[in-house]
Amino acid sequence: MTSTGRPPTEEMSSEQSNDLLSASSQMGRRRRRGTIVKFGLLAALMVAIAALVTLIITVLNSSFGLVAVDTNQRPSDLVASLGYPAGTELGDLGKDDLVTLLEGNISTNLGRRFEREQRFFDNRLVFEDPYVLNDLCMSGEPPPACSLSARSQSDVVALVVERVVEPTVVGTWSFLSSTFNRDEIEAVAAEKYPEAVLEYRSWLSWNFVTSPQSPEPALAGIRTALLGSLWVVLVTLLFSFPIGVGAAIYLEEYARENRLNAILQTNINNLAGVPSIVYGMLGLAIFVRTLEVITSGSFLGSGNEATANGRTIISAGLTLGLLILPIIIINAQEAIRAVPGSLRQAGMALGSTKWQTVRSHVLPNALSGILTGTILAVARALGETAPLVVVGASTFITTDPTGPFSKFTVLPIQIYQWTSRPQDEFRNIAAAAIVVLLVLLLTLNAAAVLLRNRYSRRAA
Amino acid sequence: MTSEARPAVLTLRKRKRPGEAVIKALLFVAAALSILTTVGIVFELGNEALLFFRSQEASLAEFLSSTHWQPAILDFGIWPLVLATMTTSVTAMIVALPVGLATAIYLSEYATPRIRGIIKPILEILAGIPTVVYGYFALTFMTPLLRSFLGVGVVEIFNTASAGIVVGILIIPLVSSMSEDALHAVPMSLREASYGLGATKLETSLRVVLPAALSGITAAFVVSISRAIGETMVVAIAAGAGPKNFTFGEDSLFGYILNPFVAGETMTGHIVRISGGDLSYNSIDYNSIFAIGLALFVITLSLNILSRRFVARFREVYE
Amino acid sequence: MTTVGATDLSEGMSLDLNLPVGTKAEADSGPAAMETLYLNVFYGGFRAIKDADLSFADKQITALIGPSGCGKSTLLRTLNRMNDLVPGARVEGEVRFQGQNIFDSAVDPVELRRRVGMVFQKPNPFPKSIYQNVAWGARINGFKENLDDLVEHSLVQAALWDEVKDKLDESGYSLSGGQQQRLCIARAIAVKPEIILMDEPTSALDPVATLRIEELIQDLKVNYTIIIVTHNMQQAARASDHTVFINMDSNRAGYVVESGATGTLFTKPVRQETEDYITGRFG
Repeated sequence: MTSTGRPPTEEMSSEQSNDLLSASSQMGRRRRRGTIVKFGLLAALMVAIAALVTLIITVLNSSFGLVAVDTNQRPSDLVASLGYPAGTELGDLGKDDLVTLLEGNISTNLGRRFEREQRFFDNRLVFEDPYVLNDLCMSGEPPPACSLSARSQSDVVALVVERVVEPTVVGTWSFLSSTFNRDEIEAVAAEKYPEAVLEYRSWLSWNFVTSPQSPEPALAGIRTALLGSLWVVLVTLLFSFPIGVGAAIYLEEYARENRLNAILQTNINNLAGVPSIVYGMLGLAIFVRTLEVITSGSFLGSGNEATANGRTIISAGLTLGLLILPIIIINAQEAIRAVPGSLRQAGMALGSTKWQTVRSHVLPNALSGILTGTILAVARALGETAPLVVVGASTFITTDPTGPFSKFTVLPIQIYQWTSRPQDEFRNIAAAAIVVLLVLLLTLNAAAVLLRNRYSRRAA
Repeated sequence: MTSEARPAVLTLRKRKRPGEAVIKALLFVAAALSILTTVGIVFELGNEALLFFRSQEASLAEFLSSTHWQPAILDFGIWPLVLATMTTSVTAMIVALPVGLATAIYLSEYATPRIRGIIKPILEILAGIPTVVYGYFALTFMTPLLRSFLGVGVVEIFNTASAGIVVGILIIPLVSSMSEDALHAVPMSLREASYGLGATKLETSLRVVLPAALSGITAAFVVSISRAIGETMVVAIAAGAGPKNFTFGEDSLFGYILNPFVAGETMTGHIVRISGGDLSYNSIDYNSIFAIGLALFVITLSLNILSRRFVARFREVYE
Repeated sequence: MTTVGATDLSEGMSLDLNLPVGTKAEADSGPAAMETLYLNVFYGGFRAIKDADLSFADKQITALIGPSGCGKSTLLRTLNRMNDLVPGARVEGEVRFQGQNIFDSAVDPVELRRRVGMVFQKPNPFPKSIYQNVAWGARINGFKENLDDLVEHSLVQAALWDEVKDKLDESGYSLSGGQQQRLCIARAIAVKPEIILMDEPTSALDPVATLRIEELIQDLKVNYTIIIVTHNMQQAARASDHTVFINMDSNRAGYVVESGATGTLFTKPVRQETEDYITGRFG
């Protein structure tokens, strides 16, 4: 910085001009390195995206595809045995013909059991002795048939398929190989399963959604699990929403800055990081065991005392409620914090009490934020598996849940059970169940996003 | 006008508002319930674990020292489970750290708003997929993939590597979103100062922004490890269906003990498998899973607290 | 008064408070709607207001002026205990309203705020309809008569009725800034307060809107005691009956320099400080 007599700018430019070439080549190297790293970063990002895409393809790939179905009796033979022309399907037959098929192929004892569950005809009995059924209906515990009307034609078709045709899937192929290697598959199937029929099957179907659980993958459905999930989430929501929002209101609007409230806040943050399985163990110890009298429903006198235990919907719902409570609280706190303080002041300055201000101004303005957070928390609860395994979801249950004190299974548990089975077909129905679960969750997330967008538009 | 409408007697005397007090009390109870949850966790886990350690069949010394977990012959050493947990978690971090951090840097420093608008929802979806689905993915995609690359003789059907990689994928969103928050918290002026010195974008990102966000990124990291350790369904489905008991000296260190391609049951996986069966209360098995649960709770809680320390540190600097 | 000043002799600046500088001695101010006695306001360890002794004349407009940060708003917010909502805020001394110290533990701050209303610096209507904005306060305070009449009456008083009578169901946010502020005034009037505190009510408004509010304030003084914080000397000089000048001491604590009839204070201030401030030779 000593004066040289020349203008400093000139000196600098002359010095730089000497190095300009080398400087630019160095600059180029630095630039190139930057570009390379940028693409490296992008590649890492692509790994994440590829993982998601692969996961979805894997699931869809197993949800559809060719199956080789072996039957005990072919439907075509059955139809022919009744004298109908070839090409007639079981579903086209009348109820009389279908019952005739049942009569010829199942034992009388089994037939009686079906008839006690639900009669085949309103005006006559097929398997059961009228006097016996009459006596049963007079007894203390009348079978369902006494009060139900007769089975529909489609019910009987389902029975014939299940008990007479007895289809078993002996081989399955994924969607991609079914599409691209059909010839090869046909050859393999013809060799390995000469009796079986190769057909294209969508494991995901309306039937799949509405059928109850079954040990036979081709007949199994997720109705029981779906209803179980809805019941559990309902209990979860009823428990955690009011408490979570209440806690958030307390922490944001009422709590003074003291030690107790700092502990409350830290505790909630810590709870959000506790592994979900630990909540399952808490639920097992508290709701299932300690509060068994309540959670089994036996305090209401309902259910069978001997078999009642606390592994019920209400235990599961409360466990998941505790699990998502910190999430709901933290989200609701954020939503409440976003309400401008000027509204609170305006309310207070009019001589309103704290609660009047909170109820009339803070909550309405935080509501969509609170709901968005709650929806996301509920989505989390809907997908939870581990805590419910620990709480004791039933592994095999075919009856629909009827209330909070029912035994239950849920969709993720069903997926877990099926995934753990060694047979390929169970993988297929696990995949189909995953599709249903993901569609449910995507719907919930989309609802949350819509709500959030509406909210931010209004706030703007 | 208003003066006529006013009540004749004006008083400022404090009105009784029992409703307000009741509401405040109710709200406090709602907030305090979370304390009860923590107390419940600590009490129940502690109580059952105590029963376990006090029983004739087990002891704390054995629990912390033995490398065999075989309830059938009353061996209760947690190390096989911890080792499997560490294997899956380390594998997960090897996947999640570079991918998650690179994603965060890209999103924070390079991505245009439009690309962010595409990537963020994808990451959110990735984060929202239930873990049981990832378990399915590990067993039906990742395991066959590893086996086809490395050979079916090398990779067992149940193996900790496959589970670990998939756990890694599932915590990528966690690593990236927390790291991105940390990068965002670095003030613009720091970047400008770096550009002002003639640094390229890369040099600015890696040498200025990244070090400045280090404590936040460390926090993201520690939380992710905690999450990986507590993750359950993926390891329950894909990692193994029995503890990987080992004996130092007898078993090959790299061929078996530390080999991620053999099956191994993690702490969480073991709890799920044992409680999924018909477990009777007051059995040593029942008590033993609570001892494992307590260990799990203590480990994850410590990591979470540690992480919050790091977050507090970067907040202190920049906010 | 004088005794108060005497206790503070040690603090140098307060010495001059012993001089007769108006305040309560003001002959033309009539009965006081509200008085402060030896009022000190603290935020944690920081003293924001020091030994304020003031009297606010009934059904008159009193302006609080002073450099920014001197504690004008703090003083104003102490008068209806809005400061209670600030964590760490603490008060010493008294504010007397209706012969009662408002900090007395028997006083209900909610009821106090109903009777000492407030209009804020930035218009802050509720995100509800215009009608609901006005009606809400009355409703929660147990107003049993005809709400429609009350809303109309309040909006007429706030000089807003003609502009909004056909769109009472529209959101308060659909109005312009000036209209929003008049809506906030209507809202304050609807709960029938005795005093209305205004915290720089025109600082976020354009000149036309400001003029309307200033005119409105003049109209309101028939029924209400108004205390207005302003940093605009012109506004204080034009729109108020009394003026209080507040300044900061070296510890940034606000103290009352001088108060009196606006005409007097602006033309013949007693204190040199006041003259410096109002003639812009301040700072």
